[in-house]
Amino acid sequence: MRAFTYDPGRMLDTIHAVQTPEGVDLALRVAGPVPRALAWGVDTILQGGLAIGLQIVVGALAGVGLGLYLIGLFALIWFYPVLFEVRAHGQTPGKRLMGLRVLQENGTPVGWSASVLRNFLLVADFLPLLYLAGLVAMISDRSFRRLGDLAAGTLVVYADAPRARVTPIPDVTPLAPPFPLTLEEQAAVVAYAERAASLSAERAAELAAIPRALAGDQDPRACLIAQAAYLVGRTA
Amino acid sequence: MKLAVFEAQGRARWDRFALLLAALERGKSGDAAELPPLYRQICHDLALARERQLSGALVAELNELALAGHRLLYQARTGEIRGIGAFLAGDFPRAVRSEIRLVVSLHALFYGLALGLGVLAWAQPDLIYSFISPENVSEIEAMYDPSGTVEGAPRDAGTDATMFGFYIWNNVSIAFRTFASGLAFGVGTLVSVIFNALTLGLVASHLVREGSAQPFFSFVIGHGAFELTAILLSGVAGMRLGLAVLAPGPRSRVAALRAAALSSLPIIAGAALMLVIAAGIEAFWSPRRLPAELKYAVGAALWLLVALWLGTAGRSRAD
Repeated sequence: MRAFTYDPGRMLDTIHAVQTPEGVDLALRVAGPVPRALAWGVDTILQGGLAIGLQIVVGALAGVGLGLYLIGLFALIWFYPVLFEVRAHGQTPGKRLMGLRVLQENGTPVGWSASVLRNFLLVADFLPLLYLAGLVAMISDRSFRRLGDLAAGTLVVYADAPRARVTPIPDVTPLAPPFPLTLEEQAAVVAYAERAASLSAERAAELAAIPRALAGDQDPRACLIAQAAYLVGRTA
Repeated sequence: MKLAVFEAQGRARWDRFALLLAALERGKSGDAAELPPLYRQICHDLALARERQLSGALVAELNELALAGHRLLYQARTGEIRGIGAFLAGDFPRAVRSEIRLVVSLHALFYGLALGLGVLAWAQPDLIYSFISPENVSEIEAMYDPSGTVEGAPRDAGTDATMFGFYIWNNVSIAFRTFASGLAFGVGTLVSVIFNALTLGLVASHLVREGSAQPFFSFVIGHGAFELTAILLSGVAGMRLGLAVLAPGPRSRVAALRAAALSSLPIIAGAALMLVIAAGIEAFWSPRRLPAELKYAVGAALWLLVALWLGTAGRSRAD
């Protein structure tokens, strides 16, 4: 039995697990409606700017220029996101700014077919008005997929590693716990020691007071950190 | 194994992998051969760290490394086309024929409705004003005035080029929207097809009554072969999506939609290319002032060509 799985019933996190051929689950952190809407906004503004730029460049030529402008506008509207997603590691400029990335559901880079489908079907996500269908689809799906994502088999995930909220366990004299701990209890003690520095002093003390049996009559916080140092294998 | 020992043993490897990933993402492929074995090792480390619940921070770090390696190592090619020539000569006609029932149904719906509305409007001349505003009707009348402008006014190459751009921008966008809005249980697609049929039937009937049959039909027959067929094919692609959602059969709705989306992609791509051809004909051929007989002959030849192409091309390959 695997000790750790992303069981949807147990995990509240917005994690999409991908099982690789190597037999290990990779955790993708899927992005919700707000950062994606912001990325869409940035891209829309950029597309507008490019359209104006195009008009200035080719608009000077009358008939032929106008024809070129209309073809350019067509390409800009339908193929701008596709080109960036396939050619720039799944990131349009807006997504890059928001730290997002489009991937296939199996964690591999997005291809032409999938990118065309998900971007063309944005039209269906817009229905009946103002991306209502897309929003409803996203908030009723565990992996925040809009209709285009569902049809194309794609995901929008956070591109960058989560900001580290952990600090190395301080260099203290290791202390053996007074009795053997289960694996989960050990993990909890280590996680506490890694995160204690980023918590407020009050919250850190409050949490440390919970496993009363571990600290006895010593300072619970210092005691837990010392025991964590022991559990990760440090020697005095 | 304790965390401290595990980190001491693995740190050099993880740092090496991170450097390698950064180099490869910048496009330097010098040490690429190192990637697969290192990646497998990282996956192993990740599984071990997670199983032993060593440290949340370490698991997160290894997860990011493995993800980046996975992205570089596994790059699926999903349905890439082999080139526009091979696509038009084989994949596209085959995809159209595989949806023959939808193709026939939509053609029957479109032309049946257009003809029916045309007959109805013949009996009730005012019907057109219920759907099209009087200003637009007068505009259309002026455009196809027998003494008139559609073929008459001198057009230079610039106007033709402008119209070419306009037809691409307008018609291909309509095709894409007709396709995508099919996801809404096919309703968006049907609305688009029905609206176009109504417009065609009413306008054609009205123009025939006004004595503009010749300028109208000689203008539209040429590009119509590609344009009308392509718009209906984008409708076929859209209905494929809508039907997958409405009647997924033995699959889940999402699975059915995914299969339908992939199989409809060549149809919508081919329809878009047909519309580019249609835009060329409509901008550079249809407005030429030439004997109506010649235009009818060329138009009929184009219809025959489209029917033969979509009906027979790409049969020789076994798949």
